[in-house]
Amino acid sequence: MDRIPILRMGKFLLVTIQIDLYDRLATNLEADLIQMVNKTEAKGVLIDISALSIVDSFMGRILGNIGSMSKIMDAETVVVGMQPAVAITLIELGLELKGVHTALNVEKGMDLLKEKITMYDEEPEELEDEDSVE
Amino acid sequence: MKIVLNKDTMKIEKEQDVVPFRNRVKEYAVKINMGLVNQTKLITAASELVRNMLKYANGGIVLIEAISQGRDNGIRLTFQDKGPGISDISLAMKDGYSSGKSLGVGLPGSKRLVNEFDIKSTIGEGTTVSIIKWKNG
Ligand SMILES: Nc1ncnc2c1ncn2[C@@H]1O[C@H](COP(=O)(O)OP(=O)(O)OP(=O)(O)O)[C@@H](O)[C@H]1O
Ligand SMILES: [Mg+2]
Repeated sequence: MDRIPILRMGKFLLVTIQIDLYDRLATNLEADLIQMVNKTEAKGVLIDISALSIVDSFMGRILGNIGSMSKIMDAETVVVGMQPAVAITLIELGLELKGVHTALNVEKGMDLLKEKITMYDEEPEELEDEDSVE
Repeated sequence: MKIVLNKDTMKIEKEQDVVPFRNRVKEYAVKINMGLVNQTKLITAASELVRNMLKYANGGIVLIEAISQGRDNGIRLTFQDKGPGISDISLAMKDGYSSGKSLGVGLPGSKRLVNEFDIKSTIGEGTTVSIIKWKNG
């Protein structure tokens, strides 16, 4: 396998990472996702990393890149299902996942995406006041 | 005194060696019953160091050892390369310093994730980084 499938669901793109990724797979995913966001004009990207037992600076950078590139194309990125041990390790390593939101699971991630999108659609001006979702 | 219980060496030459290497480290950590959080910290540190070896020294060799000291068991990893070496180790150990336009978290971050961290480098000869994660550390 040298590509991770990307599912399209309405305005969203969904990706489930099921194995610890080889670097090539991860960079392919980054490129594919960015291209898909561009092509489909998706408003949100949801990445499920619950099967990832390790997120090192390389993988962290890939996730961050997906987030910031999507942002440029007007799409929000949510990373869901990070294992607690991975979250603890990332903090100690000193890596922030800049440009991506996080949520506990796919369902909460979807809610967060929907929320973000209606927020931007309806009241772009009041973004700062309402941005209390963490 | 540190006693070596079991050991293995692995050659790291290409990016595809990273995942199998991490799996081997995991096997070692599981064998001494290291908890999941410590395992994750150890493997993440190992992943950073092996990436540095690939990126800056074109690969090298890693020695994986299960060790014991008193009542505690642990895993020691020694990363040895014949790359260009590091001229200023204290600078390289700083958060945010990178000669490769990267984030510069690899060395300082992996130091934080383990219990013992030792780095030696000679310009023109190479770099050796050794880390220990104790099972209960
Ligand atoms: N094995 C090595 N051989 C030669 N130089 C090295 C080696 N490991 C690290 N360095 C040097 O030390 C610097 C800091 O390494 P560190 O891993 O902290 O950051 P980085 O690799 O540049 O970025 P990141 O790990 O965040 O992607 C590197 O930029 C490089 O100059
Ligand atoms: Mg590094």
